[in-house]
Amino acid sequence: MSSAVDIARLDGAHGRPGRTAVWVRPERVKELSLLGVILVALLVFGFLVDDYFSGRFFNRVTTSVAITAVLAVAQTLVIVTRNIDLSVGSIVGVSAYLTGQFASSNPSVSPAVAIAIAVGLGTLLGAINGVIVAYGRVPAIITTLGTLAIYRSWLISHGEGKTITADSLPSWVVDLPTRTAFSVGGLDIRVVFAVVVVIVVVLQVAMQRLRWGRRLYAIGSNPEAAAQAGLPTRRLVLGAFVACGALSGFAGFLFLSRFGNITVVAGQGLELDSVAAAVVGGVSVLGGSGTLVGAFLGAVLIDVLDQSLVRVPQVSEFWRNAILGALILAAVIADVVIGRRFRRRWSAEARPHTKVDGSAGDESEAARVPALTAPEQAGRTGDR
Amino acid sequence: METTRERAGPERPGRRPRAGDIEAVRERSWELLLAVILVGTIVYNATQSPVYLDVDNFVNLFRLSIEKVIVAVAMTFVIINGEIDLSVASVMAFAACVLAAAHESGVPFGLAIVIALAAAASAGFVQGLVVAKTGISSLVVTLAGLIGFRGAARILLEDRSIGEFPEWFGDLGRADFLGPMPFALVLFLVMLVVGGIVLHRTSFGRRVYVIGNNADVARFSGIDVARVKLTLFTMSGLVAGVAGVLFAARLGSVRANIGEGFELDIITMVLLGGVSIFGGSGTLLGVALAICIVLNLRNGLGLANVEANTQTGVIGALLIVSVLAQNLLDRLPLRRREVEAEA
Repeated sequence: MSSAVDIARLDGAHGRPGRTAVWVRPERVKELSLLGVILVALLVFGFLVDDYFSGRFFNRVTTSVAITAVLAVAQTLVIVTRNIDLSVGSIVGVSAYLTGQFASSNPSVSPAVAIAIAVGLGTLLGAINGVIVAYGRVPAIITTLGTLAIYRSWLISHGEGKTITADSLPSWVVDLPTRTAFSVGGLDIRVVFAVVVVIVVVLQVAMQRLRWGRRLYAIGSNPEAAAQAGLPTRRLVLGAFVACGALSGFAGFLFLSRFGNITVVAGQGLELDSVAAAVVGGVSVLGGSGTLVGAFLGAVLIDVLDQSLVRVPQVSEFWRNAILGALILAAVIADVVIGRRFRRRWSAEARPHTKVDGSAGDESEAARVPALTAPEQAGRTGDR
Repeated sequence: METTRERAGPERPGRRPRAGDIEAVRERSWELLLAVILVGTIVYNATQSPVYLDVDNFVNLFRLSIEKVIVAVAMTFVIINGEIDLSVASVMAFAACVLAAAHESGVPFGLAIVIALAAAASAGFVQGLVVAKTGISSLVVTLAGLIGFRGAARILLEDRSIGEFPEWFGDLGRADFLGPMPFALVLFLVMLVVGGIVLHRTSFGRRVYVIGNNADVARFSGIDVARVKLTLFTMSGLVAGVAGVLFAARLGSVRANIGEGFELDIITMVLLGGVSIFGGSGTLLGVALAICIVLNLRNGLGLANVEANTQTGVIGALLIVSVLAQNLLDRLPLRRREVEAEA
């Protein structure tokens, strides 16, 4: 908890620029505060609900969070480039349905082949999005609003209203969600959850350390500056969409194994869930800022609330959406407040002779990413 | 990403005309393109069915989507302003549920309508306040609104369905009001005319465009950006409320899940109308044409026995292809000369 203490010290030292070196990066603050909120939520629910902290509850959350977590990470890859992918729900549907269809007609299919089909389908659909956005220069929100409808309507006419049933699937697919990888102190870590955590960590390291990842942030931070600096922006944006599609395809496979019974409307609405998780996780929809770990934690927080609220006797199930909406709003407002505080400190660090609380009024979103290019004032309201 | 187009980038050599002129040419040619598509659709449909050109058929086209169409008018303002309102469908349901809940608890029906509209307007106001005061992207704020106001509707009605509204209210939704047109269609036409005048002929309308083009420039030019945004979001909420009340009148009963997913259809209509998702350009005429295209296309595809969900796919494809076509046209040297000549 030493970092939390340092945050407190930073806040305390506010107004005395230059005294404490700012080494706690804002994304770490976001992640830590999210973790804090998750812990508080768990404690509060622990008070309200009898027998709350049980192995079964842990399993329920970790199994159900896997799908939204993968999608939140996928969405984040696209959002940091200042784009958005509204078609992920449809990609999940197509991938789950077609993989299910294949698996039920070829019961001897091996896990590797089934997963490869799901990921391959997602990659293909993501590539279509990416080509239209990056090379056709059609804004991402328009492209993916269109492909959301196109992919789904193709699936509906292809499926002809038939349902993939769990009975027809190979047993390993249906059993996958209950498979345990290893146990820690009485808590079973499911294979699915472990895989998702590995994906998140690997991609997070890639985004942080690899040139590819840094470039995605650079594009989202200021597309024109990135292009003028010679970055292959089109190829990178295409790459982000392909990666997002591939992850969504994988999420489709998880969807198949979790629910077993797949209809043609499978995954509908997941696009908004993925954006919501990313946003709660501190990812800025204006691009250039936000981490995959944050998006993952956002998905966890939403899922914990989702799974816990139904167990609180005082709260009816009908409150779920209202609370979720309020949570998203609270998260983004808190984000702005925290961001402002840190930006002030940074500007004080950078320019020791400036007064600390001079420039709180203006809200340049791009200034949230001080490590990257200079704030692009004009572009702020311009792009979504 | 080269999505910001000419407006933000440095003028390329050989592009003398001012950005505004290019924008005007672009808008006009877009409307022309839409008009051609519309005429093509209508001609094709007319050959498919003899009753197609009847006035009644045209009215019926609108009747079934009138709520979306009404909201699209308000959405046009919001998107030209450089923002977006994803919450409209939820606010529609919220208003309808407030109406139903008030009616159920014995409030006089006229008053219940007023309460419902006030609730919807405040929903828009709150979101507008957050957007205008904190500078958080409206995509996020109204995404929260999309989820939150649907939640508020659920809290009010839970899983019940409430009907048994007064007879005059049902007539308002279904009966002919003026000639063959129901009240909602008349209201839509009035909104279109009034909206067109406000957007294209008043200083408020100009401010909407200026802010959409560049909010910072607008701010430094002394425009009260926050106030314009607040007005637009409140209006968007109010219009969504009106649409929700009319939806309740047409359906005759209300559930918390009415209108789910409408926001995407509404936004599709506006964007197909040539309104830039980045704000600052687009016309209400274009949106009106796009609305006619979407309705006629669905009708025509229906006549050709294409299922409803395939129709949705076709409209999605039309949305992408229309922007793609415009981008490709922009690159043709011939067209570039034309732009210069006209400007």
